[in-house]
Amino acid sequence: MARSLKKGPYIDQKLFQKIEKLNEQNQKKVIKTWARRSTIPPEFVGHTIAVHNGIKFIPIYITENMVGHKLGEFAPTRTYRGHAGKSERSSRVRK
Amino acid sequence: MARIVGVDLPKNKPIGIALTYIFGIGRSSAQKICEVTGVDPMIRTHQLTDDQIRAIRTEIQQNYKVEGALKTEINMNIKRLIDINCYRGIRHKMGLPVRGQRTRTNARTRKGRRRGIGGRKK
Repeated sequence: MARSLKKGPYIDQKLFQKIEKLNEQNQKKVIKTWARRSTIPPEFVGHTIAVHNGIKFIPIYITENMVGHKLGEFAPTRTYRGHAGKSERSSRVRK
Repeated sequence: MARIVGVDLPKNKPIGIALTYIFGIGRSSAQKICEVTGVDPMIRTHQLTDDQIRAIRTEIQQNYKVEGALKTEINMNIKRLIDINCYRGIRHKMGLPVRGQRTRTNARTRKGRRRGIGGRKK
């Protein structure tokens, strides 16, 4: 279910404050964060944020199009290397 | 006979139904179009007067996004998701369900016909 509009978007406050500080100083620094659930507000545009995916931090350059999405959407948590098939191993055991 | 926005001409059907042959117009918007233009939705399409057809045509052109324009909009939205490389975009790219459905079973609409294991060795 979508979040109530009354509450407004959820933005991780600590991360937001850090970005604001960088904006004031006109700096660009990669910020590590675990706040995958945070919505991306327009203030983040142009920054690079390293989002944790459970193992490591994935650096993500925020563009205008990404506003309104959540940070976690850009750091996939699952690896999928495809199913067996082709010539890899003898993959015709089960039916 | 009745040709509205591009190549749509279902005959012999009530106009309230016939309008749904246009991509982007379903039952409810078809009813609404009839209401606004003052056309009885139960009238068969070939019985419509030219004025009524014209009224419907202008109504659709002014207030609805249909056919090609709508399709390009949809494709643009999908393209945007793919371009920003977000989770939904990745799912679109891989041809898997986008909205969190299970893929252990089912999901055949997105995945296409079953490809059995072992069926494509070498």
